[in-house]
Amino acid sequence: MRIRRLRHRTLTMPQISQLAETYASQIFWVLIFFGFVFFVIGKGMVPKVMETMAARDSQIAADLAHAEAARRAAEGADAGWQATAAQQRAQAHALIAAAKHDAAQASEARLHAAASVIDARVADAEARIGAAVTSAMAEIETVAAQAAGDIAQRLAGITVGEDSARAAVKEALHG
Amino acid sequence: MAEHGRVDPMAQFKIEPLFGTDHWAIAGHNIAFTNSALWMAITTIALWVFVQGGMKRALVPGRWQMAVETMTGFIDGLLAANIGPNGKKYVPYIFSLFMFILFANILGLLPLSLLGVHPFTFTSHFSVTGVLAILSFSIVLIVGFAKHKLHFFSLFVPHGTPVWLLWLIPIIELISFLVRPFSLALRLFVAMMAGHVLLEVLSSFVISSANSGLLWGGVVGLPSFLLMIAICALEILVAGIQAYVFALLTSLYLNDAENLH
Repeated sequence: MRIRRLRHRTLTMPQISQLAETYASQIFWVLIFFGFVFFVIGKGMVPKVMETMAARDSQIAADLAHAEAARRAAEGADAGWQATAAQQRAQAHALIAAAKHDAAQASEARLHAAASVIDARVADAEARIGAAVTSAMAEIETVAAQAAGDIAQRLAGITVGEDSARAAVKEALHG
Repeated sequence: MAEHGRVDPMAQFKIEPLFGTDHWAIAGHNIAFTNSALWMAITTIALWVFVQGGMKRALVPGRWQMAVETMTGFIDGLLAANIGPNGKKYVPYIFSLFMFILFANILGLLPLSLLGVHPFTFTSHFSVTGVLAILSFSIVLIVGFAKHKLHFFSLFVPHGTPVWLLWLIPIIELISFLVRPFSLALRLFVAMMAGHVLLEVLSSFVISSANSGLLWGGVVGLPSFLLMIAICALEILVAGIQAYVFALLTSLYLNDAENLH
């Protein structure tokens, strides 16, 4: 029974059996709807979606480039600052060295001046001492000559001339 | 569908005019609005709604916008890989083709019968896939001849063809070239039809065996039902793969037209 019914039925493909009556409708409507999809969605909407993606990509790239530039600027500024600091440090060192040098020179000059003043004073004093010694010696000679004359008169009653007394004293004093 | 408890696996492909049967005609050809056309409209609307979700144009995309951008990016990448920088201008066409077929395939798989609606997979009709294939093929021809003039015929003489084979290779190449629209159209139509027939036949096994009693229901019905679940998953995969293959082959053919070879 079932087998007979199976044989009785004819399995047909509607794709083929209905082709003659439906092909025009199928072609027409697929062209209409695919055309709509292509022109409205594909041509109209997809480019905008892709534009958004491209804009986002370019913005990300721009942001990255911006960040990179900022990083480079910071690095440059840092290097500049380092250079300035090094320069300033070198300048300071030079100033300190110059000041040290100046101070040493100044103190040396002062020492020199003081030394010359002291030398002059010493020389002066020595000269005065010399003069005093000379005058003292002269006075001693005079006094000694008078004393020798007096001593000779009192002891021997000889009057000795002033000049000979002086010569004798000189001889005795200086050998 | 199920007359006398039996399932006709081909009934799902039957085209039923909805309206406009009598007087809608172009040059004598009837263009009635059928269930096939209805599902084309549903596919178009679903696709429009989907892409509309990607039109927010936010700098930081939400999930929906991300999904749309993933699809356009996917097509863009496909064309960039297969055609190169010249492929950018085909993005609207390949995107439309891919998404139209993909949505049609997936919508046709929806288990809407549970709600009393019978989904119709119009990509299982070669009258539809044929139109899409001929469109793709025409674009290849137009681009090829517009860009390379008669030099486009050098496509039939691949590089490195030995001189003594010059009488044979171009004929083979020409045949393989002319077969392209048929292979495009038939591959999609056959893949979609086969999957749907298989599901329908298995479901008829389940129904018939379950009606025959517990024994046959357990021996035949249950394994068939488990197989159906697996094949449903496979069909979802096939729906994506066939749309992808159609788009991929079209882009490969466009590459021939753009860059010869």
